[in-house]
Amino acid sequence: MKTKKSAYLSPKNRFSLETVKRRRDSQAGIKSKRPAIPYLGWMLVFTIIPLLMVLYYAFTDDTGAFTLRNFVNIADYSHIFLYSLYVALISTLICLVLAYPMSFSISRCSERKQSIIIMFLMVPMWMNFLLRVYAWVLILQSYGPLDTLLQLFGVDVTLIGNTGAIVVGMVYEFLPFMILPIHAVMSKIDNSLIEAAQDLGCNSFFVFRKVVFPLSIPGIISGVTMVFVPTASTFLVAQYLGGDQLMIGDVIERVFQFNHNSGSAIALVLMIVILGFLVFMNRFGDKEAVGR
Amino acid sequence: MKKILSMLLAMLLIALNCIGLAACGTEENEEKDEPRAASASQDLSDSEKVVNVYNWGEYVAPGDDGGMDVIAEFEKQTGIKVNYTNFETNEELYNVLVNSNSSYDVIIPSDYMIARLRSEGRLLELNYDNIPNIKNTDERFRSQNFDPENKYAVPYSWGFIALVYNTKMIPEGEITGFADMWNPKYENSVLMFNNSRDALAIAMQVCDPPIDPGKDDFTEEDIERATDKLVEFKECGSLKKYVMDQVFTEMEGSQAALAPYYAGDIATMMDNNEDLDYVLPEEGSNLFIDAMCIPDCCKHKKNAEIFINFMCEPDVAAENAAYIYYGTPNKAALELMDDDFRESELINPPQEYLDKCFKFTNIDDKIYNLMQENFIKACTGKAKNGSKAAVAVILAVMVAGTLFVLALNIRRGIKNRGRIYKL
Amino acid sequence: MKKKSQKIYFGVIMAFLYLPILYLIAYSFNDGKTSVWKGFTLKWYTALFNDAQIMTSLYNTLIIALLASVIATVLGTLAAIGIYNFKGGVRSAIQNVSNIPIVNPEIVTGVSLMLLFTFAGTLMGFEMGFVTVLLAHIGFCTPYVILNVTPRLKQMDGSLYEAALDLGCSPVQAFFKVVIHELMPGIFSGLLISFTYSLDDFVITYFTRGSRFQTLPVQIYTMTHQRINPKANALSALLFVTVLVFLIISNAVSSRKDTEAAR
Repeated sequence: MKTKKSAYLSPKNRFSLETVKRRRDSQAGIKSKRPAIPYLGWMLVFTIIPLLMVLYYAFTDDTGAFTLRNFVNIADYSHIFLYSLYVALISTLICLVLAYPMSFSISRCSERKQSIIIMFLMVPMWMNFLLRVYAWVLILQSYGPLDTLLQLFGVDVTLIGNTGAIVVGMVYEFLPFMILPIHAVMSKIDNSLIEAAQDLGCNSFFVFRKVVFPLSIPGIISGVTMVFVPTASTFLVAQYLGGDQLMIGDVIERVFQFNHNSGSAIALVLMIVILGFLVFMNRFGDKEAVGR
Repeated sequence: MKKILSMLLAMLLIALNCIGLAACGTEENEEKDEPRAASASQDLSDSEKVVNVYNWGEYVAPGDDGGMDVIAEFEKQTGIKVNYTNFETNEELYNVLVNSNSSYDVIIPSDYMIARLRSEGRLLELNYDNIPNIKNTDERFRSQNFDPENKYAVPYSWGFIALVYNTKMIPEGEITGFADMWNPKYENSVLMFNNSRDALAIAMQVCDPPIDPGKDDFTEEDIERATDKLVEFKECGSLKKYVMDQVFTEMEGSQAALAPYYAGDIATMMDNNEDLDYVLPEEGSNLFIDAMCIPDCCKHKKNAEIFINFMCEPDVAAENAAYIYYGTPNKAALELMDDDFRESELINPPQEYLDKCFKFTNIDDKIYNLMQENFIKACTGKAKNGSKAAVAVILAVMVAGTLFVLALNIRRGIKNRGRIYKL
Repeated sequence: MKKKSQKIYFGVIMAFLYLPILYLIAYSFNDGKTSVWKGFTLKWYTALFNDAQIMTSLYNTLIIALLASVIATVLGTLAAIGIYNFKGGVRSAIQNVSNIPIVNPEIVTGVSLMLLFTFAGTLMGFEMGFVTVLLAHIGFCTPYVILNVTPRLKQMDGSLYEAALDLGCSPVQAFFKVVIHELMPGIFSGLLISFTYSLDDFVITYFTRGSRFQTLPVQIYTMTHQRINPKANALSALLFVTVLVFLIISNAVSSRKDTEAAR
C-alpha cells in the first residue's frame, strides 16, 4: 500500500528521481558524505542482508547444502502464480478504465474543488486495508445486502468466493492509487493547450488523442505500477473474498510457516518478476518521455 | 571506506544485540536475566503475582451474557494477574515454545502435541498438592497414552469431529459419512478443515483402502494417497472453501451445505440456525482431549498450579463447558450442566461411537512437514505442465529483459561520462 | 449534458468508495451479529473499549508509529544530505538500494526481515517482538523521508549555509538554523507519511512481530479473518471518523496557509 501513496506524494517518481538532470556543481548545503553513513550501514543490515538471505535460503536445503530442489518443488504453485498475475492484470485494467475519466474530470475542476475531491478520495485509502476487504465480505456474502437485493429482482448468483469477488476487492483497495497519479499529471496539463488544439480545429476526440492522452502517459505508468505490484503480491484478499483459490502471497505466507527454503524460492521468483515488470514499465516511460 | 563500513556493521550488530536483549526483558514484564535452564527450577510465584496462560482462542468463558468471567474471577479470588495469549493451532504453540524465548506458565495443547512435548522433555511434573480439584476429573480421561502416569497433564475438555449439514439444501438422511463430501452433486457447497492434520485425516479415512489416521508410522505413500484424495475433492467440484472458524459464518448463514467440524461447535451452530443438523460420520472420527500442562519455560509454577486447580472447580469448569460447548472431563461440573448438554450426542456421544474413533499420535517431523507441504498443494490444486512452462518463460523473459535494460543503462552511463569529460 | 454525466460518474465512484465503509459503520449499531437488522445498540462500542487486547495493541501501534517515524526522520534527513553529496553513479546506486523497500512487494520485505530476525535471534538469543517490529518500521519509513527531503535539498541555496558560517555561526548552529530550517517542509511531510504508514502497516508487522506482540492492524486481522465480528465494525467507525477529522483539519490548515501565502 505504501508504494502508491508515496509515489503520488513525492513529486518525482522513484525511478525518474535519478534520471532527473543533476545540477552539476550544485552548491547545496554542507558537502560532507558522512551523515549518510548510519543509513548506509542500516541499508546493508536491513535491506541487503535480508535479501541475500532470501537468495541463500532459496538455493539451499534445510541442512544448508546447495540445491535446486526448492525450485522444482515450487513449480507446483506455478498455476497460482499465473492466476495472481491474471487477477492483477484484470484489476489493473478495471482500475485504469474507471480512474481515467475520473482523473480527467477532477483535473478540470477549480483548484479548491480539486483539493477537496482529492481529500475525499484519500479518506478510504487511509482506513485499514483489512477493514476495507472485510466490508466487502459483509456486502457480498450470501443473504447479505447485495444478494438480498438481487434476489428481489430474481437474480440468483453467488457473489462471494470467486475471482470476481477478489477483483472487486482489489479494485476497491487500489482504485485511489490509480486516480491520484493520473490526476497529478493531468492537473498540470495547461488548459490553453487544449484550447489551442480546439482553435486549430481539433474535435474533442482529437484533442484527447493528440494532447491529453500523450501528456497523461507518465501518470498512467505510475498508476499501473502502483496497482499491479500490490495486487499481484498481496495476501489475505483472496482468503477473505475468494473461494478455494489462493494467490501467491497467501502461498508464500503458508509455505513460510514450515519451510523457509521453499518459501524463499517463491519470494525470490515473485521479486524477480515484479522487478522485471518495474524495469520494463520504467523503460517504457523513459521512451515515451524521450519520444516527445 | 570499507573499513569504516565493516566497523559500522559490527557496531550495529552489537547495538542490535543489546537493545534486542533489553527489549525482551521489558516486554515480557518479568526478569529475563537468568539463563533459560536455570529458570525452570526457579519459581517466582511468591514474588510475582502473575501467571502467563497460552490457550486456544475463545476457550475460556468471557462472561459475555451474564455468566462468569472466568479470568476476572480468578484474578479477583487469588490476586494473581493473568496474561492471556491465544494460539490457533497446536503447531503454532509448538513453534512458539521451541523457537522463541517466550515464557509461559500454563499451556493447553491437544493430546498428540502433549505427547510430543513430553517426549522432548518440555513439560514439568505437576505437584498435585496444589491441585486438589483433580479429584473432580473423570477417570475415563486419566492415564491416556499421552500421559500414562498422569504426571504432566490435567484434562480440560474433549470432543470429536462430526458433520454438520443444512437440511434445506441436503435432504435429511442423505449424509452418512465423510465420503459424502466427495459427492459432486453438492456443487461448490462443502467446506473443509483448513489445517493439514484434520483435513488429511478425513481424506485418509475416505481413501480406498482407508489409512488409519491414528497411527504413528505414516509412510510417504500414505501421505501422497491422502493428498491425491484431497486433490480429487477439489477437482470434483464440491469443495467450496478451506476454513476454520469461518465455518460458523458459513453454516449459520446457510452459505454452505455441508462441513466437518468439532462436534461441540456444531451444537453451537445448530443453536443459531435451526435448519442445521448433524451426522456422526460412519467412518468414525478423531477423538481429542485438550489438557492443561506446565511447560519447562515456566517461571511461576505454583501460580500455574493454582490456575489449573481453579479451572477444575466444578462451577468454573461448568461455566467454561457451557461456553465452549465441548465435553468436560470434570464429572462434578457435568452434574451442574443442564440436561440438554448432558444428553446431547454431540457432547456425549454413545460409547459404541467412541469405540470407532481414533486419537492422533505424535508423528515425526519429516512426515509432519510433508503433510503440511502436501496440504498446501492440495489446497492450491495440481499445476498443469503448461502453467509451469508459462512461468518459466515469464521468468526467463523478465531476467533477460532486466539484464538487457541494465546493460543498456550502464552503456549509456559510460557514454555520458565520456561526454562530460570531453566537455 | 456533459456536466451532468460527469457529475453522475463522480457520484458513482464516490458511492463505490464510500458505501462499503458506511455499511460497515451502520452495522456497528446493529444488535445482531448477522446482516439482519435487530435494533440499535452501542454494545459493540462498549465491548471494544473494554477489550484489553485491543487497547494494548492500540497503545503498541501508537508507540511504534511515533518512535519509528521520529527515528526514520532523523536517519532519513541525515541520509538525504549525505547521499546528496555523492556523485553520479554512486549516488544513483545508493538511491536505488534505498528505494528497494518501496518497490519490493511488501510480503518479500516482510519475509526477508523475518529470516534476518529469526537468524539473528537464534544467534543472539532474542525473541521477535517490539524491537524487531520497530526496526522493520524504521526500515520501510526511512526511504520515504529521503524521497521527501531530497527535492528540498535540490531547491536549497548552498550559499545560505556558507553565509551563516561567515556571520559567525558554528557549523552545528548553521546546520540547525539554516539547513534544517530550509528542509523543514520536506522533513515534516516525511515524518507525517512515516507515521501514517507505520500506523497502517499490516504485512511487514505480521512477519516480524513474533508470537506475542500485537499492533492494531494485526488485531484487526485476528478479529476479522475467520468470523464476522461487529467489534471490527465499531472499530472501523472510529477509525473512519478519526481519519476524516484529521484530513479535514489538515486540509483546512493547508488551504489557509495557501491564502495567507497568496496575500
